[in-house]
Amino acid sequence: MKIKINKQIYIGLISVLLGLIAGAILMAFTGNNPFLGYSYLFRGGLMNIERIGNTLATATPLIFTGLSVAFAFKTGLFNIGASGQMLFGGLCATAIALTFNMPRVLLLPTMIFAAMLGGGLWAFIPGLLKARFNVHEVVSTIMMNWISYWTIYYTVPAFFKGEFLETESRTIPKIASLKADWLTDLFNGSFINYGLFLAIIAVVVIAVILNKTVLGFELKAAGYNRFGAEYAGMKVNRNIILSMVIAGALAGLGGATFYLGYASNIQIGVLPTLGFDGIAAALLGGLNPYGVMAASIFFGIFHSGKGFMNAMTSIPPEIGDTIIATIIYFAATSVLIERAMNIVRKKVKGEN
Amino acid sequence: MWVLLTQIFPYAIAFTIPLLITSLGGLFSERSGVVNIGLEGLMVVGMFASAVTISTLQPVLPEGAIWIGLLSAMVFGALFSLLHAFASINLNADQVISGTAINMIAGALTVFIARNMTGSGNIRITSGFSRMNIPILHNIPIIGKLFFTQTYISTWLVLLILLVSWTVIYKTAFGLRLRSCGEHPHAADAAGVNVYLIRYMSVMISGAFAGLGGAVLLVTIAGEFSGSVAGLGFLSLAALIFGQWKPLGILGATFFFGFSATLANVSQVVPALASIPGIILKTFPYVVTLIALVVFSKSSSAPRAIGEPFEHGKR
Repeated sequence: MKIKINKQIYIGLISVLLGLIAGAILMAFTGNNPFLGYSYLFRGGLMNIERIGNTLATATPLIFTGLSVAFAFKTGLFNIGASGQMLFGGLCATAIALTFNMPRVLLLPTMIFAAMLGGGLWAFIPGLLKARFNVHEVVSTIMMNWISYWTIYYTVPAFFKGEFLETESRTIPKIASLKADWLTDLFNGSFINYGLFLAIIAVVVIAVILNKTVLGFELKAAGYNRFGAEYAGMKVNRNIILSMVIAGALAGLGGATFYLGYASNIQIGVLPTLGFDGIAAALLGGLNPYGVMAASIFFGIFHSGKGFMNAMTSIPPEIGDTIIATIIYFAATSVLIERAMNIVRKKVKGEN
Repeated sequence: MWVLLTQIFPYAIAFTIPLLITSLGGLFSERSGVVNIGLEGLMVVGMFASAVTISTLQPVLPEGAIWIGLLSAMVFGALFSLLHAFASINLNADQVISGTAINMIAGALTVFIARNMTGSGNIRITSGFSRMNIPILHNIPIIGKLFFTQTYISTWLVLLILLVSWTVIYKTAFGLRLRSCGEHPHAADAAGVNVYLIRYMSVMISGAFAGLGGAVLLVTIAGEFSGSVAGLGFLSLAALIFGQWKPLGILGATFFFGFSATLANVSQVVPALASIPGIILKTFPYVVTLIALVVFSKSSSAPRAIGEPFEHGKR
């Protein structure tokens, strides 16, 4: 039996390859050895168990924002506001962690629920505006990003001011952290935390919703053809709102795993770039939940390895982001790759 | 109140201008039917190009360096926008995704190069434009104080470009063709308009203008390139929609953003404003934009074929 490999996977892999080549050219162009650069980059991400743990911990919030973008995309919505949603979800979870004194088994689920609620609420508004007033979600989610940014900017110093710095919240108590001793020890003191398990659960749940449920079918139908779906009697407006809320809840969860797992407090004046990297992960993953996870882990290697590469060579860490951005450009222009693939295929057939 | 207004106005106008020119660039692109969410990245490219040019030339050419910097920002903005044009016009890529890729590449690549040059990734220029009073005009009562004192020369340049753009879009054959490409590209095609060419030109104009926006930001407000324009490109995009894709509309929308942002920034030192919580002042422009989008939603004058790829032989 011949295993059929999805065309999406080919395109993704070719995009990655082209991105890596572009990165190599850049490294060479700035007078560095690309092979050395890449070897340090990948060693920085995978060299030992601790670094693997850090790579997974870096990938965790990215899986969530990637899922968030991919899920909304399936319904024909471009959620560029995952940053704001994860920020607000993170704030809600941090607020719970710093306010309530509960046993850990109660506290963690409450925090996680609060994060989902916060992120969901933040995406509900653009969803509502889209469904009711046909306001384009790209603009409304960008506006929501900045509203979120300033809300955190003023809320955190007012209510959760840090011990030493005005610009960050208090450190959350150890009991409220998603980090666990056994996990930290297992990975030699890395940042890895329960968030990763949450992410895996989320990936499976989203995959099931999209592929095996009526709701998933309706959401995708609204994405393919809104009017067709309406004509078939589906409640498209409700589905648009629902899709945004679920996307926001996912981003909010990402916020919880980032601020309470990877980090231990929330900082003001920073709009996390993870929301935009999530777009990258979603696209490279071909909007498939498992693909998103793979892409996120791949990007995680870049993010956790670039510091090591920067320490060992003179290559600036921004090469990582540049390569990721280039990969996305190639993924966006996948038509070009498809055409090239067709030409190659024809040539191969012709020679036979 | 009057004194306060005269003090705020020069800052509000200075903040408006980079938004205005970037938004105007977006107008060209979107009226021709190509969504350009990459304005943010194109601004970064322009800011970077002008910062490099000016910081290099300023020692040898103190007078002309800034002008050459503005020019180089426009050139590099236009060149960089070709990436977006190619993806969205030739390859029928999703224009929003392509624009996002532009933003990401611009933000990462410019800092990467800047770090190779300076180590820290920041590029300082020795001096930007200085403020000046317009002779004679600044003596006019009321408007003289508001509009003709403490202005930058770049402000007048941008307003001139606005005027020219308005004329080009509404009064020339090119403008008519451009608008027809955004409304009904197949009809334009049937009438003999080269849709691909018009769209390419429009996207390049948007790149040049957004690049100029980044450069103006550098020489008037920022004084330093640090790898980001802090969301101003996205704000310009919002202003474009807020202003309903019309040159005068975006003038109003960008000035609204400029004025309210300045108001929020100075609120601490103004007794009348200090009582209003900062969070309300800071989120005010974004909330109003959302409300405005809702209000305009019924009568939206978005170009009809916006975001739609054009295929010559589709029908």
